[in-house]
Amino acid sequence: MMRLVATLVSLLMPMSLSAQEEEIVLGLSQAEVSITTNFDGSEILVYGAVKRDAPPPDIGPLGVVVTVSGPSVPVLVRRKEKKFGIWLNTDAVEVDRAPSYYAVVTSGPLNRVLTRVEDLRHKISIPRAIRSVGAPMHISNATLFTEALIRIRTRSDQYQVIEGGVKLDEDTLFRAAVRLPASLTEGDYAARIFLTRAGRVVARYDTVIDVRKVGLERWLFNLSRENALLYGLMSLVIAIGAGWGASAIFNMLRR
Amino acid sequence: MQIYLPIAEVSVNAFLVLGLGGLVGVLSGMFGVGGGFLLTPLLFFIGIPPAVAVATGATQIVASSFSGVLAHFRRRTVDLRMGSVLLIGGLVGAALGIILFNYLRSLGQVDLLVRLFYVVFLGIIGALMFAESLRAMRNVRKGKLAPRKKHNWVHGLPFKLRFRVSGLYISVIPPLMVGVLVGILAAIMGVGGGFIMVPAMIYLLGMPTKVVIGTSLFQIIFVTAFTTMLHATTNYTVDVVLAVLLLIGGVIGAQVGTRIGVKMKAEQLRILLALLVLVVCGKLALELLLEPAELYSISPVKLT
Repeated sequence: MMRLVATLVSLLMPMSLSAQEEEIVLGLSQAEVSITTNFDGSEILVYGAVKRDAPPPDIGPLGVVVTVSGPSVPVLVRRKEKKFGIWLNTDAVEVDRAPSYYAVVTSGPLNRVLTRVEDLRHKISIPRAIRSVGAPMHISNATLFTEALIRIRTRSDQYQVIEGGVKLDEDTLFRAAVRLPASLTEGDYAARIFLTRAGRVVARYDTVIDVRKVGLERWLFNLSRENALLYGLMSLVIAIGAGWGASAIFNMLRR
Repeated sequence: MQIYLPIAEVSVNAFLVLGLGGLVGVLSGMFGVGGGFLLTPLLFFIGIPPAVAVATGATQIVASSFSGVLAHFRRRTVDLRMGSVLLIGGLVGAALGIILFNYLRSLGQVDLLVRLFYVVFLGIIGALMFAESLRAMRNVRKGKLAPRKKHNWVHGLPFKLRFRVSGLYISVIPPLMVGVLVGILAAIMGVGGGFIMVPAMIYLLGMPTKVVIGTSLFQIIFVTAFTTMLHATTNYTVDVVLAVLLLIGGVIGAQVGTRIGVKMKAEQLRILLALLVLVVCGKLALELLLEPAELYSISPVKLT
């Protein structure tokens, strides 16, 4: 579907007719990430090559942009304000779509490998990947709220921009490492790879990285959702059992 | 060693969590408080989402209180009759508290109110206990025995019952009221409520300190078990992996704490608890008064 859209876009844009001349051949070091009990983050290697039927077109330098995006959910961003001498939450803006994780890795400075127009069209840079419409009327500068969202998530490594993270060899081979943090949510992570010439997207490749809890993590998570009563009782039995066990052991040790 | 928590969806250091559980367990055994008022903010601090911290904190308190109460049963310092009366009040209060909590949430200021509750209650109780224990210690040093108040308004109420273990013959109305109040606070603040019940039992009901701790633990088990079930079935926020880590530390800590508590004088125990309550209160108050480093916060939007 996404590839179809990309094709349509390239058909509508006579300037990017060269899209057919260069294609991406892609490989991932892993197509799925398993979250196990001792999961401590992961690194995915994205590698590939530029396939050409003809000699490289002479319309500008080649650039590669890799994005990986976690599931998007709406979030509420609140702002604190001093009222009656204490700091309390006052204004709030709902951001309609914010990916739980988002990484942009490029082969050079983002404003060099990508024009603003192309960024807008493909929603590549972090502010473009977040969608916020319909802030309440009384909030004048709603962009401050999305900026805060990006700032907080960048600090916790959930949002990353790594300029120059894509290594490009001979204008043909490229590879990039995408670091997934330890605190990861489940879901389908969309990976997009863009090939640019003079800041214009000439080819695009979409794939999905499957991030799933496995084993004990999977079992506990399912139980807590599907059989909450049993899960709650199990937690209590474990709690009481541990309490009794510790008491009994300490009593034995004292004798 | 990092461990990924399936419900909280964050990765934490296992030893850090074990240590936190142990610390809170020691306090729980020493003072007869569940330790929730300390554990919940500490869990926030290491990056556990607040909803998960509150729910899982309750599970951990069940374990450490159970471990503690067994030690007190052996020492015959649990007043079962008083505990049952408090418990009846507590469950009624918890149900009322949940209604109130949901109402406050619909107003959109629930975290501020929870925080204000903490500051106000911890402040009042900490200050009162601190002043009283200082006075008691000074009296002991002068050689005077601390006078136990024989009669106040509490003793004039009807429906009197004999509480043999506590050596009391008083009306059931004050313990029921204390239970209801603690239940309401437990539901709103996500704690067992021991830090409010212990002083209430000592100063309002006039129970001996040694009995108060066991009885308080006894009541806390049931209130927190109730809270755990409620969170597990409605919000799906009990993280059993986090709970296991916390309670391994917690139950060991509670045993150690109980033994420390027995060796100490009642006035010393009370003054330490008072100081601890005041420190937590001061920290929370500062957070309300000082400008935070980050003015913005992110919270999930509940899908309806």
